[in-house]
Amino acid sequence: MESVGSIIMYLIIALSIIVFSVLTVTTRKILRSATFLLFALFATAALYFKLDYEFLGAVQIAVYAGGIVVLFVFSILLTSRPGHSSEQLASRRRITGILAALATLVVAGGALWSRCSMAFAQLPAMSNPDMKEIGATLMGTGDGQLLLPFEAISVLLLACIIGGVVVARKR
Amino acid sequence: MDITLIYYLVPAMIMFCCGIYGFITRRNMIAMLISLELMLNAVDINFVVFNRFLYPEAMEGMFFTLFAIAIAAAETAVAIAIIINVFRAVNNVDARDLNKLKN
Repeated sequence: MESVGSIIMYLIIALSIIVFSVLTVTTRKILRSATFLLFALFATAALYFKLDYEFLGAVQIAVYAGGIVVLFVFSILLTSRPGHSSEQLASRRRITGILAALATLVVAGGALWSRCSMAFAQLPAMSNPDMKEIGATLMGTGDGQLLLPFEAISVLLLACIIGGVVVARKR
Repeated sequence: MDITLIYYLVPAMIMFCCGIYGFITRRNMIAMLISLELMLNAVDINFVVFNRFLYPEAMEGMFFTLFAIAIAAAETAVAIAIIINVFRAVNNVDARDLNKLKN
């Protein structure tokens, strides 16, 4: 049995995830779309905090909300006039989008429905993964430890820096 | 009322469908990228929720999400570099106008 505060918290998080995701794809001003994306990402971070993954929630806020959305806002301001809204959608295109989204909803919902017993699993007790444990897992080479993917990510980031500079440089 | 696994999966599912709708209907390349971020984020939520509810003693779902966030950041940076370059070439970021290689 959950406490009332936990249920209210859950309702706020779930409603804001749904509402801000819908607003992100339906608003016609692109800058507003980026702002609603920011709120949806914040709601996701709150969900991580609620599930006791504090480190993950902090990473979500720092990287997504702090990094990616700022990149989006910069590029939007560089490439489009402020106050400019995109033109009205052609109805055929909108119907195609709604059909694709509904098809995905049906397939994913069917997959969920076929695992009915799993879908009602209760929240088990868990000790929060503390920073020491996370660091040991990221930096260890033993069984189930992730030094190799960590280093692969660092090489990927280096390649991404070089690629970004090469692509965006003035010729 | 108990908050079970499915209570977290349904908002993530709706978020993913919103991403698909936006990716198909949007013309602006940055808006398409924003829809892509929505989809990635929904998948991240799924990893974390499955990890927390079904295997609370393991941490693989959490680390997968960490790596996914890092890769999403790298991907966005490169994509925005490409979009800025496209804007220099055709003075527009509309996906319909990117047909220079066709003719």
